[in-house]
Amino acid sequence: MFKVFKYSLFDQTRSKWIYLYTLFFFLVSYAMLYLNNDLMSGLTNLLNISLLICPLVSIIFGTMYFYNSREFTDLLLAQPIKRTTILLGQYFGLSSSLSLAYLLGNLIPFILYGVIVSDIFISFIMLLIAVVSLTFIFSGFAIMISLITDNRIKGFGFSIFLWLFMTFIYDGIFLLTLFLFSDYPMEIFSISVTMLNPVDLARILIMLKLDITSMLGYTGAVFNKFFGSETGIMISSITLIFWLFMPVILSMKIGKRKDF
Amino acid sequence: MLEIRNISKSYGKLKVLESVDMTFNDSGIYSILGPNGSGKTTLIKTILGMVIPDKGEIFFDGIKINWTYNYRSKISYLPQIANFPDNLTGRELISMIKDIRNSNLNEEYLINLFDLKNHLDKNMKHLSGGTKQKLNVVLALMFDTPIIILDEPTAGLDPVALISFKKLIKELKKRGKIIILTTHIINLVEEITDKIIFLLEGNIYFKGNIRELLEKTEENNLEEAIAKILKENGNV
Repeated sequence: MFKVFKYSLFDQTRSKWIYLYTLFFFLVSYAMLYLNNDLMSGLTNLLNISLLICPLVSIIFGTMYFYNSREFTDLLLAQPIKRTTILLGQYFGLSSSLSLAYLLGNLIPFILYGVIVSDIFISFIMLLIAVVSLTFIFSGFAIMISLITDNRIKGFGFSIFLWLFMTFIYDGIFLLTLFLFSDYPMEIFSISVTMLNPVDLARILIMLKLDITSMLGYTGAVFNKFFGSETGIMISSITLIFWLFMPVILSMKIGKRKDF
Repeated sequence: MLEIRNISKSYGKLKVLESVDMTFNDSGIYSILGPNGSGKTTLIKTILGMVIPDKGEIFFDGIKINWTYNYRSKISYLPQIANFPDNLTGRELISMIKDIRNSNLNEEYLINLFDLKNHLDKNMKHLSGGTKQKLNVVLALMFDTPIIILDEPTAGLDPVALISFKKLIKELKKRGKIIILTTHIINLVEEITDKIIFLLEGNIYFKGNIRELLEKTEENNLEEAIAKILKENGNV
């Protein structure tokens, strides 16, 4: 797997899109920090932008990458190695290069601004871990979609829909349900629904760390109580790990039986 | 050496291969012919394990190889379309495939034969289609394997490269290789083929040498013989 990973990473890290992605986050971080002139606001703004942009870039760039490498994958499939080795190598190559680009783009401005000696350093690291996890999760969705359908237009359609669903539609349905059933106790429902969406889960975890859940009122207090507790942290970590593995395991299952 | 037993494959309602049996024991050049959609590429990909057959078995040296992958170190494969990662160079691709195969053969001969020396350090996105196809040939043929599978090998090759390619194939045949190729170029078949396997709608319609095909169809040349088969079977 390492051999495929190595060359896939070589290929990706020389792509101009990856450079643009790094530059984008460098400029965003820089602008957020120097416009707000405050680490905390810079971080919250970066959180909101990252939670929208990173899943989008991972899934779209990923789908494009896997479709474009189809012929090369064919060549690799004819070599004496396992299918899953090839697919995993390409998956890790893609998600690692996107993660590196994100980390590099944000680390430089934040370190220059002195995040290491500030009291939100841990929150900053948590933000990076959460976004890198989302990058891996959405790259996993990208490989899964490209293996499910050979029709590129359909594949891109699925990708965009999945991103829209996870970032907007899901929250819309969630809020609507909360509104419609506002007479009933909804705490357990809210917590479960948040955990079932990796983007929401990442957002809540960082917001709790940043201690800005007070803005969420009663719901915030409930979330704080749950996610702040040991059981809460354990359950949410397990859920995040589940999300990291789920698309990859499904992709390998589909890939094993696929006709290339 | 390579035996295909009762292989069937369908995509949804479309039957691509129907109970195909085939054996490749003797060295030589085998051309798989047939109209578009007759199952040529599917057959090749089934041998390589890229397409999973609905039923049937494949044996390599008497050992069943369905769902395994080590046997592929004994097969070289030239895919139909040469498309490589944009940001890797030819040299890197060669070392990648060598790395994967754990094999360290001298590819210099092929690089010189196809005059690729000046293109090896350029990124793939800067190479023309023809140059990529030449590199494709180098990647496929740089290993010393007993079986060589070529899917439309001449597509995109210029006349000079085509001559070198034919020379190379003849050389490989002399060295006792089993070469299986698909092509639409009749001249190439006439020039180099020992045995023809003609596929029609997923079945083997004819197996034998060119002379036998001409006798069967009562035609004077291969082109007309193939046209006759297609006409008679409603493929034209």
